Amino acid sequence: MSDEIIVPLGKYIAAEILKQSDRVLNVDEPLISSGLIDSFHLMDLALFVEDTFGVPIDDAELNAQTFDSLAQLATLIESRR
Amino acid sequence: MPTFSELLWDHFKQTPDKDAVVLLHSGLPDQPVTYRQLIHGAAGYVDTYIANGVLPGDVMILILQHGHDLLYAYFGAILHGAIPSIMPFLTEKLLPERYRADLAALVAVTRPTAIVTYPDFEPEVRAALKPGEDSVRAVIVSDRAQGPREPDFGSFGGLHRLPDDIVLLQHSSGTTGLQKGVALSHQAVINQLESYGRTIHLSDGDVFVSWLPLYHDMGLIACWLMPILLGNLLVLMSPFDWIRAPYRLMQAVSQYRGTLSWLPNFAYNFCAQKIRDRHLEGVDLSSWRAISNCSEPMRWDSHRIFYERFKDYGLRYAALTTCYAMAENVFAVTQGGIDTPVTYEDVDRDSLQIDRIARPAMEGRAVVRMLGAGKAIENTTVRIVDGRGASLPDRNVGEVALQSNCMLTGYYHRPDETEKAFTDGWYLTGDFGYLVDGELHITGRKKDLIIVGGKNIYPQDIELLAYEVPGVHAGRASAFGVFNDETGTEDVVLVAEVEADDPADRNKIADAVRVTVTRGSAVALRYVHLVGPHWLVKTSSGKTARSANREKFLKEMQEKGQLF
Repeated sequence: MSDEIIVPLGKYIAAEILKQSDRVLNVDEPLISSGLIDSFHLMDLALFVEDTFGVPIDDAELNAQTFDSLAQLATLIESRR
Repeated sequence: MPTFSELLWDHFKQTPDKDAVVLLHSGLPDQPVTYRQLIHGAAGYVDTYIANGVLPGDVMILILQHGHDLLYAYFGAILHGAIPSIMPFLTEKLLPERYRADLAALVAVTRPTAIVTYPDFEPEVRAALKPGEDSVRAVIVSDRAQGPREPDFGSFGGLHRLPDDIVLLQHSSGTTGLQKGVALSHQAVINQLESYGRTIHLSDGDVFVSWLPLYHDMGLIACWLMPILLGNLLVLMSPFDWIRAPYRLMQAVSQYRGTLSWLPNFAYNFCAQKIRDRHLEGVDLSSWRAISNCSEPMRWDSHRIFYERFKDYGLRYAALTTCYAMAENVFAVTQGGIDTPVTYEDVDRDSLQIDRIARPAMEGRAVVRMLGAGKAIENTTVRIVDGRGASLPDRNVGEVALQSNCMLTGYYHRPDETEKAFTDGWYLTGDFGYLVDGELHITGRKKDLIIVGGKNIYPQDIELLAYEVPGVHAGRASAFGVFNDETGTEDVVLVAEVEADDPADRNKIADAVRVTVTRGSAVALRYVHLVGPHWLVKTSSGKTARSANREKFLKEMQEKGQLF
């Protein structure tokens, strides 16, 4: 999986969602099931992915079953490009 | 004075084929439910309750999500004459252990006879119970409930309930909120629905569209009981679906020609900021006649951005209305924007904050734009009182006190709390505000409550969780809310004194505090501020003074150039 996806995603989540720019996210760290990204911010993440990578994520997919970590989200994005 | 069951019976007799509710589910076709289907489904649950030994007057806790089961289980409890209370479902971020502790606490206070839930959630519920010790005699699983059947109204316990009897309980969330169930009588709820219905000029053609959760008064009263009991169509979606796809609200209003909705302030910002044009193709919002901003501090700016975003889709400015409400008054206390547009005024900021008088703005001085919450609804009287309970003149800020014909019966099994809530027959709300010619403006809160997205959060719950983290000592943290202009709601901030100096150690503690608080309360902290010993301001009794700590925090942030 490419850093080209992981790096901007991780930076976006740390800076804009967690509001902790210096926070480094592990690629396998659970994001949704851990409560790190709460439901208020799932839309933001979907819009960011769409704008940055041109990949739409349906609202029914915004849950921990579809993706929970940076690695899983990056795989999902790659599979749709 | 009719009771709930009599109203339901009337709809069943007179308009059995009319749609009562349309249930929307993401990815599934819309599911209309007629009054006949509603009553048939509820009648099946009545049989189930009887078979499980539930008696009229017993409390029942419903742990069900948006859908048919909740609809039938709730109105089944009403027809049986039992007292339903909806408990929020376990979400991904909350620790199951914590949820169990909350449920056990709720059971201890309300002493329910039965709990209704889904089969896959049954083990979770049972884990919170103490068979033989607590009050719960049955855990009723939705898929084993009796199916819909023809009702025999004469046999329903609900028809023998009296207007003064308690019909339902409403709880706030969190450990603290669950301890204080607001008990409401048939009479109080129906008085509220009648007064409020007249205030908003409710008519047969009104269609309610909502995504609000039903464990909260705004969802339960305005967007569940009001339409269903009064015979208006309710188009209902799940809060979980809405937060992931806010455009569904607009599409539903357009499709069903919705006229009425209630939203917490953050939802105006959320919809305006997150909905893409492609999801609004063909959407026509011109049927919307009143969207009431309610349940958290409301901002003129939120109305403005919402209107600007959706005016090209038919949204009328006159549809933006305001409401001040609380569960203790069943729901609405005031309503603005129905007969005349919502009022707003610019007042002098220093005068408001220091003198506690809302003087009209003067040239060259800082101002605060106040949105009017409207005037008291019929049969509700609002006063602004000082610390001794004496009425204050217009424009003087004091505590909002109210009297009405729709007050709570009491906090369930908590006569101590009920007694504390009233002074000389007036209910003291804990909110600060001022009146101008009967128009109420809410300026702040006396109680240390944080409201995020319309959900009440008790700071003591957050602080207790922080104390569980090694390195944070009991009594040495303070939680409070700070309004976020971008999101239109409050952010939760926690300041904690720690002995650790090393930035890496502090980061570890801050991370642990976040995780512990989120998983223990489902509340996400926006900012964890770790400070050295003796930073926190304490009152003479040694308790942390949250408002003073909030001021100190904001000042420090300002000095650092960080805006809040």
